[in-house]
Amino acid sequence: MTAITDRDQLASVAARAADNRLNVDFEVDGMTLNIGPQHPATHGTLRIVAKIDGEQVVSCEPIAGYMHRGYEKLVEVRTYPQVTTLINRIDWLGSFANEVPFILAAEKLMDVEAPPRAQYIRTILFELSRLANVSLFLGDLGIQLGGLSIGFYSFRDREFVLNQIEAVTGGRFHPNFDRIGGIKDDLPKGWIAETHAAMAKMRDFCDEADDLLFGNEIFQRRTRGVGVIPADVAKSYGLSGPNARASGIDWDLRRDNCPKGLVYDQADWKVWTHPDGDSFARSWIRLQETREATKIVDQLLDNIPSGPIMAKVPRIIKVPEGEAWVATENPLGEMGYYVVSKGDLVPFRVKIRSASFNNVSIVPWVCKGAYIPDVITILASLYFILGDIDR
Amino acid sequence: MSNDVVADEPTVIDEHREEMLQIMRSELGDAVVGSHIRPNDDLWVRVTRDAWVTTGEVVKAKLGCTFFDFLSAIDWLPSPFGRDMDSQEDNVVHGQTLKDPAPMVSGYAGGDTRMQVFARVTSIEQGHGLTLKVDLPDDDFSIDTWSSVYRGADWHEREIYEMFGINFVGHPHLVNMYLPGNFEGNPMRKDFPLLARRVKPWPGIVDVEPMPGGDNDDADEEEGSAE
Repeated sequence: MTAITDRDQLASVAARAADNRLNVDFEVDGMTLNIGPQHPATHGTLRIVAKIDGEQVVSCEPIAGYMHRGYEKLVEVRTYPQVTTLINRIDWLGSFANEVPFILAAEKLMDVEAPPRAQYIRTILFELSRLANVSLFLGDLGIQLGGLSIGFYSFRDREFVLNQIEAVTGGRFHPNFDRIGGIKDDLPKGWIAETHAAMAKMRDFCDEADDLLFGNEIFQRRTRGVGVIPADVAKSYGLSGPNARASGIDWDLRRDNCPKGLVYDQADWKVWTHPDGDSFARSWIRLQETREATKIVDQLLDNIPSGPIMAKVPRIIKVPEGEAWVATENPLGEMGYYVVSKGDLVPFRVKIRSASFNNVSIVPWVCKGAYIPDVITILASLYFILGDIDR
Repeated sequence: MSNDVVADEPTVIDEHREEMLQIMRSELGDAVVGSHIRPNDDLWVRVTRDAWVTTGEVVKAKLGCTFFDFLSAIDWLPSPFGRDMDSQEDNVVHGQTLKDPAPMVSGYAGGDTRMQVFARVTSIEQGHGLTLKVDLPDDDFSIDTWSSVYRGADWHEREIYEMFGINFVGHPHLVNMYLPGNFEGNPMRKDFPLLARRVKPWPGIVDVEPMPGGDNDDADEEEGSAE
């Protein structure tokens, strides 16, 4: 009896296996590899389904949506000042930078301009968010390629920046500090000197990263010539920020199309580009941008004008009817808000153009034909924040 | 076919954007059905649905707009759930009879129908960008895909497909981006209720309504809100 049962079980197992094999055979050629949603290389909950042939990726499809929060719908039922609370959770590592383009769009519709002091502080905080974001990128990149030390250094040194952000805004991650017509508060006492010191430490961190990571032969071998994105493909996908500049596209919204309300033209800095377009170039551009950001902050700190920090705006903010598109160069790339107002307390429609959404949409293209370990490098170097994809 | 060019300040003429518009008109002819220029800032062009893909090719080739910013949609239907942010309960709370929904008003460059697809493209070399709009007929929310013109449109169209229920004809892989596959409804449509608000009125509304017996709400003359 037992023997028959065993045989029955075996038969059913074999039948199931055959069914599975049959399904696999019908669906794909080769094998399907599921990366994520919990794989560390996916920075959160992005799932990648790769069909592979041996070690090579035949096709892959990122599956987003595990963190979709529906901000575009939610902001339609919030007043303009309330919106910033939500939107600084889009890219949570550089959260202040998310608020700025929306506030600038509202200011554009209202025809309000922040006083110069507010514009300076805004720009400084914007760059501090960039430092907080990109320093973690450098650490993360190391971790994913097996160089753990730089990961610890980056978490350690990011604190210097976060402390400065916290000292001004009260929040390490979600400042909610930008206001239509200015900023919420002035700088605390002694902050400027402390920030200069923090910038010096960040520059040391960059040198460390340069030695530990970019001078490392293993790192170079794993990133050079991997995941090459030509400039025209990058543009067609709407790749922006450091990812685009790594493909040789000389385009930085801070320099080329800086919206009114930020004062990047008051500082002397350089937009770095790289001709290669590979994973190494993307990482290298971010390292250079960290250095440039410290330079911008240092220069702006020395030149902050005195004066008020808020323009004259009504207490109850009604934004006049109209449409405005404002995009800024956020840590991850071009982030913009298309705001449609109907003259009400709440926006009628807000399209959030986040950088990571476009940056990740290129993954199926760039991973095609790549080897599995290179997929991890490519994802790491494209650098996305899941909240920035899903919104 | 009203070719109305409405400038915010008629005295300011933005020659560069006028020229861009002229190029669009000469290439597309009657397909350009509306436009708007905000001098020295931005350009909006509305085209017919049939010319949508051609428009993408024209702005890419003739205006150098090779950089794809985004593609999205607007539902111009006024929210059927009471005035702007508040739910029907709020209207009752404030002691008023339910208001009729506001008439449908379209934005820049006009619009005749409820659903409008719009896209933003930029020229990196020339430093200009423009917003393209296209109306969809009320009985057929579908349009040709842009994914052959701009590769990045692929994902954006998937997002609109699930959020607005707009069908993109010829899209290679039109499946849900965020929502589960069996999700019913199109959340970004104005007639899709935000259930959290239906269940419980938003406490934040207190912040923006005049408080009975408090300061008057006519704060336009007051000092800015620097606290």
